[in-house]
Amino acid sequence: MTEGTVDAVAGGVAMPEHVSYTLRVNGREHRVSEAALTESLLYVLRERLDLKGAKGACEQGECGSCSVLLDGLLECSCTVLAAAAAGREITTVEGLTPEDGSLTDLQDAFVAEGAVQCGFCTPGLIVALSDLLRRNPAASELEVREAISGNLCRCTGYGRILAAVQAVQEARSA
Amino acid sequence: MPVLLPASLPEAFDALAADPAAQLLAGGTDFMVEANAGHRRPGSVVSLTRVKELRGFRLDGQSVVIGAGLTYTEMMEPGFAELVPGLAQAARTVGSPQIRNAGTIGGNLATASPAGDTLPILAALDADVTVASSPRERRTVKLAELITGPKRHTLEPGEIILDVRVPARAGRQEFLKVGTRNAMVIAVASVAVVVDFAGRSVRVALGSVGPTVIRAHEAEHEAARLIDWDSNRLVGSLDGWGDFDDLVRAAARPIDDHRSTAAFRRHAAAICAKRALERIVDGRGSEAA
Repeated sequence: MTEGTVDAVAGGVAMPEHVSYTLRVNGREHRVSEAALTESLLYVLRERLDLKGAKGACEQGECGSCSVLLDGLLECSCTVLAAAAAGREITTVEGLTPEDGSLTDLQDAFVAEGAVQCGFCTPGLIVALSDLLRRNPAASELEVREAISGNLCRCTGYGRILAAVQAVQEARSA
Repeated sequence: MPVLLPASLPEAFDALAADPAAQLLAGGTDFMVEANAGHRRPGSVVSLTRVKELRGFRLDGQSVVIGAGLTYTEMMEPGFAELVPGLAQAARTVGSPQIRNAGTIGGNLATASPAGDTLPILAALDADVTVASSPRERRTVKLAELITGPKRHTLEPGEIILDVRVPARAGRQEFLKVGTRNAMVIAVASVAVVVDFAGRSVRVALGSVGPTVIRAHEAEHEAARLIDWDSNRLVGSLDGWGDFDDLVRAAARPIDDHRSTAAFRRHAAAICAKRALERIVDGRGSEAA
């Protein structure tokens, strides 16, 4: 059972509830050493790998602000056991943007349409909507609403977000 | 080895044989909520996400064998929805796309919540659940044997839920659920109704209105009495549902809690059951209720 197995703590006093493993995030391998067994992927991304894009709020999969892609599937990183994500391809909002630090067309549209107010929910929405537009470029408004039904935004009332999606759809199909 | 990620069933059995007390982990959507709150601190975890034998579903004669690792998103896909439409309906009401991509039918069973969204339709379809502790030691249990109370199940240490078996294309099915919004909500009350026109039977199962899913047997008999099985329509007038909703109300055993009151749950279950039956039998849709 070597492949996909998380290493036991090497050397020293073995701490049975601590684990070391490697995560593949945005195409790069990251070693995680002696993490607590039950740490969530969200915690490891933010506190150990210094990737602050995914936001922590509800810690129970309700708000979507920690959304990431796991092997291309949208999930809440707060309800993913980090050690069990070893071997999976993890994509965070940081991994969606071009290398030169510019923004994606969806991020630009969020800015242009006023879809960002306090900004806390924005990374999760960008990940969820990037995923939707990749799978379903011509998504209807109802499909957009269902796709972000797990992403809470308490500022915008969602109107500006829907407008940003529509602007991207129009620009991409032009 | 505190966290194991077996890729096959034999590997998973080996891991559990070596450490029967290990926490089994499926999609994580229930477990991690408790872990994040500090309520769960297992000494070791066996993650089942990569066990290939638990993925997907297959047809076996007239049955659909649903792998325990089938996610809610996968249940909504047309190839599966065509075989078990009520389960696809139920899956679509679960959480959000994020939750549906992670959560599995096996996890829903093992969590054994009274509000588990797949449970009413599985009860109405009289599902068989296969559990095993080794490749040779398998047993088949009914839902009511597997889930005995709120978050209580009869899985032995070292046992894994392998699959769930339900009849394919079994009559017409409806799942209805009441909560505070359409998405991201735990059921306040839910109902699954299956009308088997070939077998001339009606099955009604209620969720979130008792310690486990409740089959409303007397209401089922009343509904079967009220259907004209030759025309597949309701006997008599359109309002002639007899005592059906009262019998559903009587079958419910709800409690007051932070999500709702017992009285509202009882009411919602009865209305949903009647509406589901109307949709199936008369095709009148929701406007009739």
